[in-house]
Amino acid sequence: MAKRIDVSGLTAFYGSHRAIDDISMSVEPRSVTAFIGPSGCGKSTFLRTLNRMHEVTPGGRVDGKVMLDSEDLYGPQVDPVSVRRTIGMVFQRPNPFPTMSIYDNVAAGLRLNGQKKKRELDETVERSLKGANLWNEVKDRLNKPGSGLSGGQQQRLCIARAIAVEPQVLLMDEPCSALDPISTLAIEDLIADLKSKFTIVIVTHNMQQAARVSDRTAFFNLAAVGEPGKLIEIDDTERIFSNPSVQATEDYISGRFG
Amino acid sequence: MDTTSTSEKAPPPTGPPADGSGAGAGGPAPAPIKGNAVRPGDRIFRGLSRGSGITLLVIMAAIAGFLAYRASIAVSQNSVNFLTAFEWNPQGDPPAFGIGILAFGTVVSSVIAMVIAVPVAVGIALFISHYAPRKIASPLGYVIDLLAAVPSIIYGLWGALFLVPYLDGLTRWLDQFFGWTTVFEMSNPGSPARSIFTVGILLAIMILPIITNVSREVFLQAPKMYEEAALALGATRWETIRTSVLPFGRSGIISASMLGLGRALGETMAVATVLSPGFLFTWHILDPGSGTFAQNIAAKFNEADDFGRDALIASGLVLFVITLLVNGAARWIIARRKEYSGANA
Repeated sequence: MAKRIDVSGLTAFYGSHRAIDDISMSVEPRSVTAFIGPSGCGKSTFLRTLNRMHEVTPGGRVDGKVMLDSEDLYGPQVDPVSVRRTIGMVFQRPNPFPTMSIYDNVAAGLRLNGQKKKRELDETVERSLKGANLWNEVKDRLNKPGSGLSGGQQQRLCIARAIAVEPQVLLMDEPCSALDPISTLAIEDLIADLKSKFTIVIVTHNMQQAARVSDRTAFFNLAAVGEPGKLIEIDDTERIFSNPSVQATEDYISGRFG
Repeated sequence: MDTTSTSEKAPPPTGPPADGSGAGAGGPAPAPIKGNAVRPGDRIFRGLSRGSGITLLVIMAAIAGFLAYRASIAVSQNSVNFLTAFEWNPQGDPPAFGIGILAFGTVVSSVIAMVIAVPVAVGIALFISHYAPRKIASPLGYVIDLLAAVPSIIYGLWGALFLVPYLDGLTRWLDQFFGWTTVFEMSNPGSPARSIFTVGILLAIMILPIITNVSREVFLQAPKMYEEAALALGATRWETIRTSVLPFGRSGIISASMLGLGRALGETMAVATVLSPGFLFTWHILDPGSGTFAQNIAAKFNEADDFGRDALIASGLVLFVITLLVNGAARWIIARRKEYSGANA
């Protein structure tokens, strides 16, 4: 199920503004890769280029190559809609559809794919909610609105919704930044479980979190405000946090930044 | 809920002044804390807003009372059933008048207008808010606003001089191919289209701007985060709109439609200019004839004696009640699924 991602020479624009410049990296399958860096360094923008969500923003434009195994996601024949069906995404603020029940939220992606059979939907909803460690908490109120859950539960509901369509890759954009420590812990445990099935990329501002959950860590930085963000280095998480090869990374991690 | 939040912001003037909610934060002496707990600004604003609310209720009650009183004078001397009779002869001896045809014409023309206008308006609103490039969207918005600014007599003249002759082909076609439904049958094919059907089309054009504008505002307020959620699941643009814009805008569309319906129900000049009125009941909506409450009042008011005016006021009271019912129904529909509305997300 999981595939690897190879990015080469990727540059993203907002109108004429260059948000990230010439980024190349590889993301291993069945691993967790964390993006860290100061605000505005383009790590979220870069994450959104990986499932072609960047171009949804007015003025958003991308140059370069993103290969999912052997497929160029920005190839001329590629439909961004099918890219997004293959590469799921979890956002910073939990965003379960407020007009849908818990069940319908998880089933939403399947229904978009044309799945109508009640039994298959039931099975997938249960499997996904179990996969997101949410099943026991919501199994008695599947028909209640998802907006009635706590923030952490909502975020796990969003993860269940994303994994219900069995994506190759799961992108997470600061998934815990709106959550309390206990909910954060639940999500981090979940990430460790999901790693066996999915390729996971997570953007985080919390360096302890990056150290805890990820196998590889990429550090992004920008020269000055208004300058494009750049990838400084990517390496095994252990190495990044103990003995990074670039001085800027060490400065950032040890808090001597800026 | 409203009252508690109000009283939190402005404690009642009878309350103890030294409860700590007063002015003077951090002063060394205790004296400033003992200041007046109610500031004059609060008091004035509360008085103004409460006064506005009460004024509105008084005006509504006055209108309802006036209508009910004058209506009761007329209806008490009526010799036929006021609600179901299909004639209008308050000058007769005994007076005989009923609103059957007016209720029918008002409801049918408004329904036609809604059936045509709501889907088109929602379509335009979605186009402006989610499909059109910004260069096209804002001029289109201005054009819609312009449409709302045209006085209704102009619509009436346009309807009578342009729409009526040009609808001839359409009505003949409907008669020819859908005449078997009775509804689209014309008793006298080729007669000018001064019918309740034409009125419905004209009303649709007139209520289009308000439904479009309100829907557009609601669609623009649909939170981006849910649209992104749908997109990230692999939804197409239409699927995104269906899963995260339309459900959020649902109550807004209903409110917008009700505003439009209110205008359609009460529209006077445009209907009076286009329609050739009649009090014979027919299911054939393409035939001239029929009438609406507002059109009938406008057409008869000048020539009516005092009693005739009371009879017209009675019909106005029915329109008032219908409008209230329509609004109540809309509120009920909106409240029924409140739990799922986007508002408490």
